Amino acid sequence: MTLPKRLFALAGSAALLTLAACAGGQDSGAPGAAGPVTVAATDTTCEVSTATANAGNVTFEVTNKGTKVTEFYLYAEGDRIMGEVENIAPGLTRKLTVEVAEAGTYQTACKPGMAGDGIRGAFTVTGGATKQADANTELAAATSGYASYVATQTAALQTETQKFADAVKSGNVADAKARYATTRVYYERIEPVAEKFGDLDPAIDVREADLEEGQQFTGFHRLEKDLWANGLQADSAQVADKLVADVNDLVGKTKTIELSPLDLANGAKELLDEVATGKITGEEETFSHTDLWDFQANVDGSKGAVQALRPVLQARDPQLVSTIDGQFANVQKLLDATRAGDGFKYYTELSQDQVKEFASAVDALSEPLSKVAEVVAK
Amino acid sequence: MSEVSRRRMFGLAGAGVALAGAGAAGAGIDRALGSHPAAATTDIVPFSGEHQAGIVTPAQEHLHFAALDVTTKDRAELVSLLKTWTDAARKMTRGQDVGATGAIGGSPAAPPADTGEALELPPSALTLTIGFGPSLFDDRFGLAASRPAALAELPAFPKDKLEPARSGGDLCIQACANDPQVAVHAVRNLVRLGFGTTEVRWSQLGFGRSSSTSTTQSTPRNLFGFKDGTNNLKAEDPAALDEHVWVTEADGQPWLAGGSYLVARRIRMHIETWDRTSLDEQEKVVGRAKGTGAALGQTAEFDPVDLHIGGAGGEPLVPVDAHIRLASAESMGGAKILRRGYNFVDGSDGLGHLEAGLFFICFNRDPRKQFIPMQKALSAKDSMMEYIQHTGSALFAVPPGVSETGYWGDTLFEG
Repeated sequence: MTLPKRLFALAGSAALLTLAACAGGQDSGAPGAAGPVTVAATDTTCEVSTATANAGNVTFEVTNKGTKVTEFYLYAEGDRIMGEVENIAPGLTRKLTVEVAEAGTYQTACKPGMAGDGIRGAFTVTGGATKQADANTELAAATSGYASYVATQTAALQTETQKFADAVKSGNVADAKARYATTRVYYERIEPVAEKFGDLDPAIDVREADLEEGQQFTGFHRLEKDLWANGLQADSAQVADKLVADVNDLVGKTKTIELSPLDLANGAKELLDEVATGKITGEEETFSHTDLWDFQANVDGSKGAVQALRPVLQARDPQLVSTIDGQFANVQKLLDATRAGDGFKYYTELSQDQVKEFASAVDALSEPLSKVAEVVAK
Repeated sequence: MSEVSRRRMFGLAGAGVALAGAGAAGAGIDRALGSHPAAATTDIVPFSGEHQAGIVTPAQEHLHFAALDVTTKDRAELVSLLKTWTDAARKMTRGQDVGATGAIGGSPAAPPADTGEALELPPSALTLTIGFGPSLFDDRFGLAASRPAALAELPAFPKDKLEPARSGGDLCIQACANDPQVAVHAVRNLVRLGFGTTEVRWSQLGFGRSSSTSTTQSTPRNLFGFKDGTNNLKAEDPAALDEHVWVTEADGQPWLAGGSYLVARRIRMHIETWDRTSLDEQEKVVGRAKGTGAALGQTAEFDPVDLHIGGAGGEPLVPVDAHIRLASAESMGGAKILRRGYNFVDGSDGLGHLEAGLFFICFNRDPRKQFIPMQKALSAKDSMMEYIQHTGSALFAVPPGVSETGYWGDTLFEG
């Protein structure tokens, strides 16, 4: 689970990359569009000057005329974030340029107080630039290959989450504990995809330490705490039901998501970032210490994304591919050395030297992975 | 975008500032616009030469030191990294970004080749100096036969409290600059280039040079408030440097000729107890007057030290356990070292005390004859040991300077 801020950064950088990749994109300043779309935001309204724009770069100029700090979003179908600008203090005007390559129906949203679903409005984009994936059959194959990987993972996630929730609800702590880490694997493998759906990722995967004031502690880690630290609580069954519902919701949404090759490239890197900042420190699984299951799943997911891109990468930068292969193998070797039974050692069983070895191997893998996006964008 | 020159950008940005300062306008404008190469070089320490820069170079104000371990077992990979590092060091010491595309010239889809925190900063006399630890000469890279006899692990000294996480290393990088951000930038970028081949074992930031390596420099004060490095070897005395600092071919390993040995010691100072010590006691511990820096019994800082002046009751004015007596060439049979240390403050220690001290760096021609006997004497007898503790330790062989087309360590790997 990443903090919301990182989530937005992810969405933002993906938009930026697409922009760079499609240099021919139209600008909202082109004939037919008169300058930026102005947005007047108050505590209760969100007035957008026009509800239509041509595909290409669309610029919003958001003025906060209310009393609460606000933020502004452009969503694609399924609440996929196309772009956002946050922390707009009362009286301030901020600009947001979003690259919208495809025609379709989008949604604008102001979020006074920076919370909730916001004040929504329909926004129609016409025309349409060529999508990068269509321009290159290899890249198109990469995204569709990865989409089926995601589909497999989410199908398993759905089934396993249900079984895990059933174990919690029947009060079978031993069974629930045994299922916890192995269920999460399917989530951790597709985490960058999951993070594209606004509030679903925090609902499913928030860590207690990351809770914001007023935010409910739900999802996997809440049940982790119940199972390992506090014992099952009066509302554990409810939390389990909500987890199932949220996961089902997520799975539904992933079916319609369209990922660009750059999303794959960045996702592969971000999964390793997750490892570097959360798993290597043992912060992710504070109560169960099953961080290495997550670690392996993040590595698997990252590899899955790279594998999908492999033909393209091989053609454009074979040296990079062999470096990445070598470093993946190195990380896997370290992971294999910590296997115990069907799973892994607990984080608390690792020595400081082992943790450092992992950190070093992840750094060594993440550097070349950070170059994949550039090669794909060529 | 072609290669971005950090220095060129600074030149343009700096012009306005220079114009505003009417007093030094002439030189200032020339320098800021880069049209006066002679003046510009004052900020750039040449990277190539007979010896590596950063040894007798007038000590800069700030340090970032890193010790690294090599994680590959492939000699070619290590050599390739040293070449990459050398190329990066050439650029950074000239005030330029690392990599073909620098901090902002590359693809928006890629992480920048240079991390960018030194954009607009001048070269700041940056020097980068590399060293090879004893552990590099094991069986991994076929270097065992090239290991100099003097490059042995340092012995245990009395009262050492060495932390493994602050000691040793296959390689070291010493970055010195007059701007701390420039030094940090240099180490950060080299570390990044090394991911997959090297990993950082430990590192140390230093501020406030605690010794002078040139007669053009004033003597700084260490965190005990005393002038430090008065009797240090100086760049202007090449004969003494040849005798005490530079390794020759005859010393054993031809590849190290023109090089030296670097000893790094992290010396924690018990600041609070020192500050509760009387001035008289402080001066006796050091052997010098706190104000002038003169040796006890003398009047000016550079007056020759006389260890034989008797005081009241026949006790020597410079006490038998005074720091300068024990470290003096006279006590050490003529041995001297070139010191290049820095003060450090790593915040507080959790007990409310400053986690501070001296990051001692010295260069010498043979640690067996210079640093080791000196430290043995000090750790056994020096009254200053009551106020300090050595918490980190490392020794590195520093290869000679790099030619215009060579790379760090080429005499070792190509020899």
